[in-house]
Amino acid sequence: MTPNLTYIVVVGVLFAAGVTLLLERSLTRVLMGVILLGNGANLLLLTGGRAGGPPIVGTTDAGEMSDPLPQAMVLTAIVITLGMTAFLLALSYRSWHLNGHDEVQDDVEDRRIMDLADRDEGPGTDDADQPDSDDQLDPDGRPDPDSRRSSAASVAAAAGERGRDA
Amino acid sequence: MNYLVPLPVVMPLLGAALTLLLASRPRAQRWVSLTVLTATVAVAATLLVRSSIDGPLVVEVGGWVAPLGIVLVADQLAALMLVVSAAVTLCVLVYSIGQGMADGHEDTPLSVYHPTYLVLTAGVCNAFLSGDLFNLYVGFEILLVASYVLLTLGSTETRIRAGTTYVVVSLLSSLIFLVAIGLVYSATGTLNLAQLVDRLDALPDDLRLVLQGMLLLAFGIKAAVFPLSAWLPDSYPTAPAPVTAVFAGLLTKVGVYAIIRTETLLFPGGRTADLLLVVAALTMLVGILGAVAQSDIKRLLSFTLISHIGYMLFGVGLSSSLGLAAAIFYVVHHITIQTTLFLAAGLVERRGGSTALDRLGGLARLSPLLAVLFFVPALNLAGIPPFSGFLGKLGLVQAGVDDGGPLAWVLVAGGLLTSLLTLYAIARVWNLAFWRRPHPEMPEPQDSVHTVRTDGVEQPYRGPDRDAHPGAMLPRLMIAPTVALVVLGLGLTVVAGPLFDLSSDAADDLLRRTPYVEAVYPGGTP
Repeated sequence: MTPNLTYIVVVGVLFAAGVTLLLERSLTRVLMGVILLGNGANLLLLTGGRAGGPPIVGTTDAGEMSDPLPQAMVLTAIVITLGMTAFLLALSYRSWHLNGHDEVQDDVEDRRIMDLADRDEGPGTDDADQPDSDDQLDPDGRPDPDSRRSSAASVAAAAGERGRDA
Repeated sequence: MNYLVPLPVVMPLLGAALTLLLASRPRAQRWVSLTVLTATVAVAATLLVRSSIDGPLVVEVGGWVAPLGIVLVADQLAALMLVVSAAVTLCVLVYSIGQGMADGHEDTPLSVYHPTYLVLTAGVCNAFLSGDLFNLYVGFEILLVASYVLLTLGSTETRIRAGTTYVVVSLLSSLIFLVAIGLVYSATGTLNLAQLVDRLDALPDDLRLVLQGMLLLAFGIKAAVFPLSAWLPDSYPTAPAPVTAVFAGLLTKVGVYAIIRTETLLFPGGRTADLLLVVAALTMLVGILGAVAQSDIKRLLSFTLISHIGYMLFGVGLSSSLGLAAAIFYVVHHITIQTTLFLAAGLVERRGGSTALDRLGGLARLSPLLAVLFFVPALNLAGIPPFSGFLGKLGLVQAGVDDGGPLAWVLVAGGLLTSLLTLYAIARVWNLAFWRRPHPEMPEPQDSVHTVRTDGVEQPYRGPDRDAHPGAMLPRLMIAPTVALVVLGLGLTVVAGPLFDLSSDAADDLLRRTPYVEAVYPGGTP
């Protein structure tokens, strides 16, 4: 079986565009990237099977039938991609609802550890009795979600700035 | 007995449908979930016994003959994984019910929790039983979609942030897997694992390497192997404690299972063995160094989870019978122990109001039972004799020494160092959270009966309510499953001999390949 060059090129373009979008900060663009990648993968699955007439006994000779299995697999994959698209859309809407943007944010805890390392302090050393002054505590003794939110937002905003500059 | 094979997939799915219908009746939901998962444990245990006596059990779904239809295969490896994961999911379910009840409002866990949890179980079981590459993909998707929902339960801000990363990374790995499936199909014309054995052997070497690499990449992301592991500690710790526990125990191990299956059945001969060994060493060391730097118990445990995936890859990479047997033993041990530790971390969060090490202290005096529940599995994880963690590592080290290659020796040294650093990380948690003075901001101890002032009158405390929740007495339904898992972990030590024999049998069957193929195609491969 010889693969069709047009298909291969289209798959390549879809993958390239999908990966580029996947690297964006905005979840909506990531979603577009996932959709393009999904379509590319589906097309790749299709090219794996033999082309031919409809695979229905009685309408086509057995020798001229297309391979029905990749089509069945693509149908399954399309359904899964559809579900995932809906879920990602919900995520990005919820993120917009909570933060006013849908940007993928950095790992907050990770940055906290990096800050500790910069100040050359280990986590949980014996100065723990005085909580860090820059961590506001609410009465439960949990870190104030607002302070984390603002730091996360500033991280995301900074990243957004970088993205726009470039 | 073959009719039992699809039940671990079918029962949780039917249970999920039923619990969805019963969304407004939490009590009925709980009973349905408990019944279904208990039955799954029983079925899985029966499958394990039958498959070790009669060899792999095969079911052709819908009666379609093998290469046309999908087969479910329960060989010893799959059955062993099923038993352990079913037992662990059951314990975690009881724990989450206990947590929901203790929080004082009947509808947490939310009504969507039970159906999703059962779907997750079905996905895990489907992935273990699948005898077809595309069905394996479907199994992965089922468990991943359920995990997306569980991870973002309640859709609070931190969970949305963590969930976004998790969902996007998982989607990417699924797409890579799908592309790999497309390539395998166009190269061989089949996706049935048993039929692929011969057809892949007939392919040119470089083409086989491409297919193997694609599959390894996809499974490596799911198993959180080092360069592909950064998503895990970012996302897992934000979920509710029982969810994190079941994810840590099962999801990465499904990836490891898929690696074991494809490396032994589809691509034997160890062409990527060196790559696997290098990656295993990096996973162990980078993971455990990450754990040492953490200041939060849940995150620290997430890093030890990554690190110990390295041990399993070590066994797979050796591709000797002993190495594979030790890896299988280690997977069983690690599923149990890592889940127990995350459940214990959930109890710490409940008692201490936080899992941040600098806000905890003195838990050993405040709650001795909790201290024991953390201490035993922690030592087990670090590999202190005579626990199962020690026996698993001993098997791996022995296999590494038997191999005798320079890389194997590096791995042996790396494994011992990782074990030592695990002990260090665990000891740090113990010192900071369980010894020291109690932290001034920790909630008041409420383990014993005490009084509260209501309307100016001292009254005995009437059980936990929402406001008292952080320091509230640890509910029995949360303690009991944790104790059960600790005992199960100790039980692995007691039955280590027979269990290791079982792993060795499973490993031999995997390496010989013929038992699997002959079970699916008794009359020879078409």
